[in-house]
Amino acid sequence: MIPRSLAGGLFLIVRRSLAQHALSTAVAALASALACGLVIAVFAVRQQAHDAFAGSASGVDAVLGARGSHLQLVLNAVYHLDTSPGNIPWSLYEQVRADPQVDVAVPYAVGDSWRGWRVVGTTPERFTRLEERKGRRLAPAPGGRVFDPALREAVIGSAVADSTGLRVGAEFHPEHGLSHEGAEEHEEEYVVVGVLEPTNTPADRVIWIPIEGVFRMGGHVLRGAGTEFRPKPGEPIPDEAKEVSAVLLKFRVPMAGMRLDQAINRQGKDATLAWPVSRSVAELFDKLGWMDRVLALVAWLVMLVAAGSILAALSNAMNERRRDFAILRALGAKRRVVFAAILLESTAIGALGAAGGWLVAFALAAGAAAVVRAQTGVVLDAAQVHAAAAFAPAAMVALAALAGVLPAVRAYRTPVADTLAPVS
Amino acid sequence: MPLLQLRNVVKSYAAPDGATAPVLDVASFSLEAGEHVALRGASGSGKTTLLNVIAGIVVPDAGEVVVDGTDVARLSEPARDAHRARTTGYVFQAFNLLQGFTALENVALGMLFGGIADPARARGLLERVGLGDRMSYFPRQLSLGQQQRVAVARALANRPKLVLADEPTGSLDAASGAQALALIREVCREAGAALLLVSHDAEVLGAFEKRLELAAINRAPAGATP
Repeated sequence: MIPRSLAGGLFLIVRRSLAQHALSTAVAALASALACGLVIAVFAVRQQAHDAFAGSASGVDAVLGARGSHLQLVLNAVYHLDTSPGNIPWSLYEQVRADPQVDVAVPYAVGDSWRGWRVVGTTPERFTRLEERKGRRLAPAPGGRVFDPALREAVIGSAVADSTGLRVGAEFHPEHGLSHEGAEEHEEEYVVVGVLEPTNTPADRVIWIPIEGVFRMGGHVLRGAGTEFRPKPGEPIPDEAKEVSAVLLKFRVPMAGMRLDQAINRQGKDATLAWPVSRSVAELFDKLGWMDRVLALVAWLVMLVAAGSILAALSNAMNERRRDFAILRALGAKRRVVFAAILLESTAIGALGAAGGWLVAFALAAGAAAVVRAQTGVVLDAAQVHAAAAFAPAAMVALAALAGVLPAVRAYRTPVADTLAPVS
Repeated sequence: MPLLQLRNVVKSYAAPDGATAPVLDVASFSLEAGEHVALRGASGSGKTTLLNVIAGIVVPDAGEVVVDGTDVARLSEPARDAHRARTTGYVFQAFNLLQGFTALENVALGMLFGGIADPARARGLLERVGLGDRMSYFPRQLSLGQQQRVAVARALANRPKLVLADEPTGSLDAASGAQALALIREVCREAGAALLLVSHDAEVLGAFEKRLELAAINRAPAGATP
């Protein structure tokens, strides 16, 4: 296409130059795309992870557990990660359950697994009263149901079903401990009576059984009363002997959290109340904050290196292009025209990189989301757009333009007569 | 008033020993509108420097270089660039085509800097120089003679009043050179443009009614060009 304006002429010069130096253009644009995508992905994944983890805990106001770390308690009872910090007596569960300001109190007992999938003992209220996400409870898919608390029945998360092939009617023997490697199978056999609908939360990775089943699992010793108690088949277990890993709480009024926090954390010595759960999530991300900052720093440095590659690509081409610039100047092009042509070229490479950066960011975020989902069950929202998707490409384009200044100055200074004229 | 008038134009270059060596010292030289003049000069006689001074590519140390009523020696660089783009066409010995651009783009880009956006004229000029079927060819795909014709079309594209030609046949064989020279003169005549051609080739000079020895107007010693 023949240019009809000076701007059109500039674009033609840039287009032709990019095509003439296709390899160096492609390498510089690719480096820019990777850098830009990395910056976007670091910020976006961080935000998505924060929101997804916070969202996964939205149905629980607080977690009551053994004296220790709030974060460990939340990771264990809400995200089904980490180990339990210890147990608390059943009486504490009964106590908070009876509190008029507590709407729901669901016991949580952990200690067994099956093929690496965590087996959690709880009550049917976990499915009927607690929300997993805002407005969404754990619900068995059609053809399944919640376990009978008096029987050896299990309800499994969708990720467990997908991965292990367990279906309604399947039987399994829980294994002692949370690791599959070298674990001993319990004698008790459980039958799957329900597969939960996918929730995209860590609950998808859990096998749920009645809490009574955990108490009575072969080899389990209960120490709720301070002494060891081994349940016998057919005989009731005294409440004082029972113990649980944690209690998930939903309050009727926010004041309850403050009051229980005062009573349990500040005045008590036996237990810990992780309240609000969102604070523990924030604490988790605060602890990981240094990693974010290092990653962001590395990403920004990669962006600088990408700008350097643009500078190198343009600088390397300058010698062969000096004659072109001198010809353009001899034809009447002003110095600022050749300056602008180089600046436009470097900016164009940066813009190509910025555009590619979105694709790279999407790919990186999708990869990160797959890893997070596989490891935690938390699903990142890939559709969520972070401000980095705007400021990183803008920064890339600006840096690319900056990288073009030095070669542009060289083009600006091209001596026309010396470059063109043969000695005569 | 002549289209081109040089008065007391001096240009010197720094010699390797630090001293300045005059390469151009022209007391007076003029060219009328539409006039065709050939200047003969040996290598190092300052031919190219003279043309560069007239084109405003090189600024003289002293003197007046009046082209179409404007003393280009007193203009700022951007003003010289604009003036050159509007008034002067330049045919180089080495053609100096932009290698990454087609024949048509070479002509059209030259026009843009003179403020003319007229693809039809660019096409017309290429057809006029016999390259109607080579417009989308890149210089490397053209013979030397064809490249020279593109350079001629480009020099004429902005309807210049003055065309400067620096050894325009120097890279061509005798037959092609004669053809190119005839073409340059023909299209300049058609456009009413004055032509100032410098060459050391007696055959080229023989084609001109008015021809001068550069040494006759340039008082600087020959061989001083850097």
